[in-house]
Amino acid sequence: MNVSLQQLNKIASQTRRDIVRMVHAVQSGHPGGSLGCTEILVYLFNNYLKYRIPNHQNGEGEDVFILSNGHISPVFYSVLARVGFFELDELNTFRKLNSRLQGHPAVKEKLPGVRVATGSLGQGLSVGIGIAEGKKLNNDNRQTVVLMGDGELQEGQCWEAIMYAGHNKLHKLLAIVDFNGQQIDGATKEIMGFNELKSKFASFAWETYEMDGNNFEEIHRTFEEQKSSDGNKPRVIIMKTEMGNGVDFMMGSHKWHGIAPNDEQLEQALQQNPETLGDY
Amino acid sequence: MEQKDTRSGFGDALYELGQEDEKVVALCADLTGSLKMTKFKDAFPNRFFQVGIAEQNMMGIASGLATSGFIPFTGTFANFSTGRVYDQIRQSIAYSEKNVKICASHAGLTLGEDGATHQILEDIGLMKMLPGMTVVNPCDYNQTKLATKAIYKHIGPVYLRFGRPKWPIFTKETDEFVIGKAQKLAEGTDVTILATGHMVWQSLQSVEILEKEGISVELLNIHTIKPLDKVAILNSAKKTGRVLVAEEHQKSGGLGESVASLLSQNYPTKMKLVGVNDSFGESGKPLELLEKYGLSVSDIIQKVRSFD
Repeated sequence: MNVSLQQLNKIASQTRRDIVRMVHAVQSGHPGGSLGCTEILVYLFNNYLKYRIPNHQNGEGEDVFILSNGHISPVFYSVLARVGFFELDELNTFRKLNSRLQGHPAVKEKLPGVRVATGSLGQGLSVGIGIAEGKKLNNDNRQTVVLMGDGELQEGQCWEAIMYAGHNKLHKLLAIVDFNGQQIDGATKEIMGFNELKSKFASFAWETYEMDGNNFEEIHRTFEEQKSSDGNKPRVIIMKTEMGNGVDFMMGSHKWHGIAPNDEQLEQALQQNPETLGDY
Repeated sequence: MEQKDTRSGFGDALYELGQEDEKVVALCADLTGSLKMTKFKDAFPNRFFQVGIAEQNMMGIASGLATSGFIPFTGTFANFSTGRVYDQIRQSIAYSEKNVKICASHAGLTLGEDGATHQILEDIGLMKMLPGMTVVNPCDYNQTKLATKAIYKHIGPVYLRFGRPKWPIFTKETDEFVIGKAQKLAEGTDVTILATGHMVWQSLQSVEILEKEGISVELLNIHTIKPLDKVAILNSAKKTGRVLVAEEHQKSGGLGESVASLLSQNYPTKMKLVGVNDSFGESGKPLELLEKYGLSVSDIIQKVRSFD
């Protein structure tokens, strides 16, 4: 790893503090999925993706990241700010009037690090395919990485995109599915289960990987493995995570998908995640 | 008079743009022949993306290609270019401010025999409501060619609407085409006709007949529905005091409503609308359908005559 495990853990703890503080401050937002995806976003932006700051909107020569499940904007914004895309102070504006930090990521306000608006689910993988096709035309060897929710895969458009990428052998496309098994109305397997998700991707001609998405060492091993593959198929990492990970009373429940902690709950959450790099 | 389909104007211009600029890419959802994109596909196979019957994915891929600095032209029927993919256009293209050209053939009743499942009459309304979206609806082969080249130069999302049937070519290849600038086809003093798309030809035929009856008609081709040429429309309304709008679209949500909004707030003027009256279409031949649904030349003439 380019960054030590100890340092990644420090960043993750601080990111979790940012998430619960941002959501608490405006009493709105999506803490559950954000907390569950803390490790993957911290890993991607601190140890994996190659990008410039300020980055070029067209992503030429850079790895391009698309957050398709845009509702986990708190973790995305915290990570972007802490790697230097914008001032930490700006996290105070999350979901407030005249902010660049919209409830769901947007480009109209020109927030650095965001290339497409997401939030209406199921659209990010298609956009990622377009970027990957653009990179192919430009002979640009960098990867396009799309993070999606598992519930999001209930959208039909995802399967149009999965079919296209497999058919066209877009091996520079990497999808990551946040498989936390939860969605707003309950457990994903109760609402609309996938049965065998891995074999579904495999049958659409994707190379598949699985990992624990809340464990940096496992994330690193899996990313190294997929990177060293010389296969010509698009890649998917099905990542088991726990919604609300890192805050005990939020863990594993769909109930914290989209509600904010109260003052007391915030205190508890902060006690469980020490301030390592300074609060915003 | 020579006749050609407007979709061929799109296909021919797309091919020429492909020759001029390597950033021009095209996407199609299993309708390459219908959209007249075959020439582009054969000449630039690596810049042509066949997505299969998957329009939502097509709009997303176009957004990604635009992000990467390309100028994507998507091609499918108007029905599948708008209603089928409205949220994809809204979020991934319009709100994301992507330079995507949504090119839509077989719009309106005149696609004919396929019937109402394919005859979209609501697409102008859907597209003009989106912030930042430009909506262009040219009238014949030559103008569709010019319009395709003009939207290539325009930076921002565009909806380009054209059709299936062979239609008289009455504008010149050398005519000026400026997005948002109405084209005056007849100078008159009694009544203004504002027409768009195939209805410009219908209106032009009515002008000659009405002139013989002593009614002097001013005809403006409103090839751009958004942004609307407010100055030209207001000036003509002030001159004639009577405005008829003709479009192959629902009266609700179309050009007529845009003009009514403009005039009622700035210069209230007597208006009449020629368009489809809150109804789906059906199978038939293009001219038969225009007659049955009140969009014939004689419908225009009668409505003009009935102005006070």
